[in-house]
Amino acid sequence: MLAQLLTFAWTAPSLDYHALAPEIIVAATIVVLILVDVFTGERSRWASSSIAGIGLLLALIPIATLAYDGVDRAMFGGGFVVDNYALVLKALFLVAGYVVILLSTNYIAEGDYHEGEYYTLLLSSVLGMVVMASARDLISIFIALELVSIPAYMLAAWRKRDQNSNEAGLKYYLMGVFASAILLYGMSLIFGITGSTLLVDIGAELGSYVSSQPIITLGIAFVLIGFAFKVSAVPFHQWAPDTYEGAPTPVTSFLAVASKAAGFVAILNVLFIGFYGRHDVWEPLMWALAALSMTVGNLIALRQTNVVRMLAYSGIAQAGYILAPLAVAGATLGTGSEALRSIVVYLLIYAGMNLGAFAVVLAVARKTRSGEIKSFGGLFSYAPALTVCMTIFLFSLAGIPPAAGWFAKLSIFSSLASAGTASGYVLAVIVGLNSVIAFGYYGRLIRVMWMDEAPDGDRTPIKVPASLSFALIITVAVTLVWGVFPGALTHFTDHITLFSLLR
Amino acid sequence: MKDFLNSWGISLMVFLPLVGALAMLVVPKAKEQFHKVVALAASLVVGFIGILLMTNFDYDASGRLQFVVDMAWIPIINSRYIVGIDGISLPMIALTLLIVPLCIIYSWNRFPEPKNPKAFLILILILETGMLGSFVAQDLILFFVFFEVVLLPMYFMIGVWGGEKRQYASLKFFLYTLFGSALMIVAFLALYFLSDKVSVDGQMMHSFDVRLLPELATGISTGAALWIFGGMFIGFGIKVPMFPFHTWLPDAHTQAPTVGSVILAAVLLKLGTYGFIRIAIPILPGAAEKWAPFIGLLAVIGIIYGALCCLAQTDMKRLIAFSSVSHMGFVMLGIATLTTFGFQAAIFGMVAHGLITGMLFFVAGSAKDRYHTLDISRLGGMLKSMPRMGWILGFSVMASLGLPGLAGFWGEFPAILAAYEPGLGLNVAFFRVLMVIAAIGTVLSAAYLLWMYQRVGFGVPSKEFEEDPHLHDVTFSEWLAWTPILILIVVLGFVPNIIFKVTDGAVSRTISIVNGLGG
Repeated sequence: MLAQLLTFAWTAPSLDYHALAPEIIVAATIVVLILVDVFTGERSRWASSSIAGIGLLLALIPIATLAYDGVDRAMFGGGFVVDNYALVLKALFLVAGYVVILLSTNYIAEGDYHEGEYYTLLLSSVLGMVVMASARDLISIFIALELVSIPAYMLAAWRKRDQNSNEAGLKYYLMGVFASAILLYGMSLIFGITGSTLLVDIGAELGSYVSSQPIITLGIAFVLIGFAFKVSAVPFHQWAPDTYEGAPTPVTSFLAVASKAAGFVAILNVLFIGFYGRHDVWEPLMWALAALSMTVGNLIALRQTNVVRMLAYSGIAQAGYILAPLAVAGATLGTGSEALRSIVVYLLIYAGMNLGAFAVVLAVARKTRSGEIKSFGGLFSYAPALTVCMTIFLFSLAGIPPAAGWFAKLSIFSSLASAGTASGYVLAVIVGLNSVIAFGYYGRLIRVMWMDEAPDGDRTPIKVPASLSFALIITVAVTLVWGVFPGALTHFTDHITLFSLLR
Repeated sequence: MKDFLNSWGISLMVFLPLVGALAMLVVPKAKEQFHKVVALAASLVVGFIGILLMTNFDYDASGRLQFVVDMAWIPIINSRYIVGIDGISLPMIALTLLIVPLCIIYSWNRFPEPKNPKAFLILILILETGMLGSFVAQDLILFFVFFEVVLLPMYFMIGVWGGEKRQYASLKFFLYTLFGSALMIVAFLALYFLSDKVSVDGQMMHSFDVRLLPELATGISTGAALWIFGGMFIGFGIKVPMFPFHTWLPDAHTQAPTVGSVILAAVLLKLGTYGFIRIAIPILPGAAEKWAPFIGLLAVIGIIYGALCCLAQTDMKRLIAFSSVSHMGFVMLGIATLTTFGFQAAIFGMVAHGLITGMLFFVAGSAKDRYHTLDISRLGGMLKSMPRMGWILGFSVMASLGLPGLAGFWGEFPAILAAYEPGLGLNVAFFRVLMVIAAIGTVLSAAYLLWMYQRVGFGVPSKEFEEDPHLHDVTFSEWLAWTPILILIVVLGFVPNIIFKVTDGAVSRTISIVNGLGG
């Protein structure tokens, strides 16, 4: 009887194991990590980071084969899609996760933290991101988002004997669940109206209204505000600086780059597939969020004295730049795909340059044991290579060629200008003015490194461990190569598109 | 040979300094001699390639871009690696190729604090790549990239090796220029999206190609064109610098190390005027015509204002800096007339100003090394204590105030004359008023320069410097660095046709575009 009922109500979905391979490999690595941690003693704890790193690199292999294959694959009734867009972002998350592992290796090993658990949680979060890139359904998006966030709450509080770290974790957790609640409420409203959780169906249903209904507006606004918390857009950013400062620095880099990118991916998914037809609702919202985020983030960043806090506010401003193209994305399909591409380009470049900046902060903190901007004084005199790396990253963040950031910003400008509307040009000018303000603090850090004296006259060189050096090499190479040959990057992002744009 | 130059010449010239810089990067900084030799060698080899290019340049067709390389660079936005040289860029390139090795020779034994020749010379080489790249780029995005690359080394040069207020000056310089280029890039993109498409490999795409844009941009509405021109105007105008945007210049010049000031005055400022001639005006002639009276007005205000500021200065270097504002005003006035004559005068003025003001900054730097001050009231009697240097200063001052027979004359007077008969559609009476005011400016410039020279060169050395053992005359490396400039100032003064002939074809072509489409 029971068996009969089951076969009637539930038919097993056809699984495309090739398409799921990246997720399966990451999940398997998590299992291996737990087992290794349980069955081996203290002696082999060092293995955790290697296993985690290798696992992420292995997961890149099926991504390469899938990209080579080039066929879009959809599963679970269209709720899980593997296409160019998803593959590019999955690769981003895996590589960013790998770099974060490189950044963590020495920090976690030397700090006497729980290595096995740390990497397990880190990989769980990465798994959530990888799923997010493919999620095309409200439920799977929500699950992916929680899978990203919940391990991150714990990671933020990882230095458990440190009050700041506890504050970081708690604040992040409380704001995170608050955001999730708002998000869920918005999702339920949307589901109530459209009767579906599948983004494609939602898109068709919402697009069929001539103008927006109050309840639709409310639903869309709540969903987007929920994600705005995740990407720390102003005015939903208050948690970010405290969390970033209190969390262990490798975790901060993870939150600032990978976790934030996951939030943006979620926004892209719902916006371009689910809500695309209702651009009359979300365009003004995005305009305001973008303009506020970049302006407020930059202005507050000017006044920071701590490097990590400065990078946190800079990240808020960068979130503003990333949101900017969405303010004009609904005009035509052309501007829509332009906006989508420019955001993905920005996310890729942002990951490279920001992880690099955190790598330098970590390396310098190994000597100075401080995150104050002052502690970078005279860096050029005793660590010229690190100074040059940091300078490249900061110039990149400021958008000055030949570091890759200029192309990211150019893409943003370009998609804003492509709309050809007054609001697009005005926002482009705001982005331009903000780039100038931003150099005020990026330039100050550069100035301190190059032109100031070492604060305590201590000029012993910094020993950079191998894994950090490797992370620096990857990020510098990426930042410079993409800056000089942007074609090497656009090659991957040329053909990305989201479902509804095709229709 | 010709084939090789055609396909590789320009790229080699632009990127060879970077190769030198990379080689220096991997050698420890203790090997100072190595760094100096490599840097000088790199700049000389680049100069040699430049000479090869110039000897193979077809001067009868100077209006045509030569040695053109056109390759895909960022396919998605159809931004291409397009480089080429024509009669407008050639003098600028020659100026850059000359100034850079001279700067390296000049600093051979006198690197400003905190020394570190390795980093200093690497920055100069990066700067050279940026400058040369800007002058050869024929794609807006490529131009923008090189234009920005120039910023970085100059920022560090002022900020690390500069005077007491170096941090303030370097940041001010950077923020100003960044502000300009942010608006400029928005303007470029607006231009890109509003202009017509071209066929690229069978696909219709927008284009950043400077060669094609004058034609593609004809369809842009007047209102939009005015805004776009405004964005470029701010970007280039800050770099020139034009009157209300000039305040970064005196600080940057005063605080920069000698070589930095020289490069800044000789080449960097020209990027702005070059941008007007190469990009802003030919692409949007209609808007240029509307903006021209305004530009002319600001140029003349700059002339007078800069001159008056000079009269109020007590610091020699700051005085020379303000004289730059004044002299670049003449260049902008020439450009604002939108005539062949005016453009020619402007380009000549750019070269002449580069040589003369560069020379003045060299002398000022050397004087500072000896006196340890540039306070005009404390100096005096240079002709007595250091006769040769005193004469060189006098010579440069004469050149700068536009004495006929020296290079400065051919920059200023044709520019003033051109304002007598401005281009099609411009208000003649208005420009004649500007002409008269600009002419008064030349009197003022004679006044402040001679006043400065009297107080620095004439008289007897003041008490504090009477017996100063540091006051030795021109050294060997200074002679080596200065002689070519001094000779060129005389030669160009007597045979201005050297430059006028080169620029003629290219300028006529540009003006015919302006008149043909914008009249």
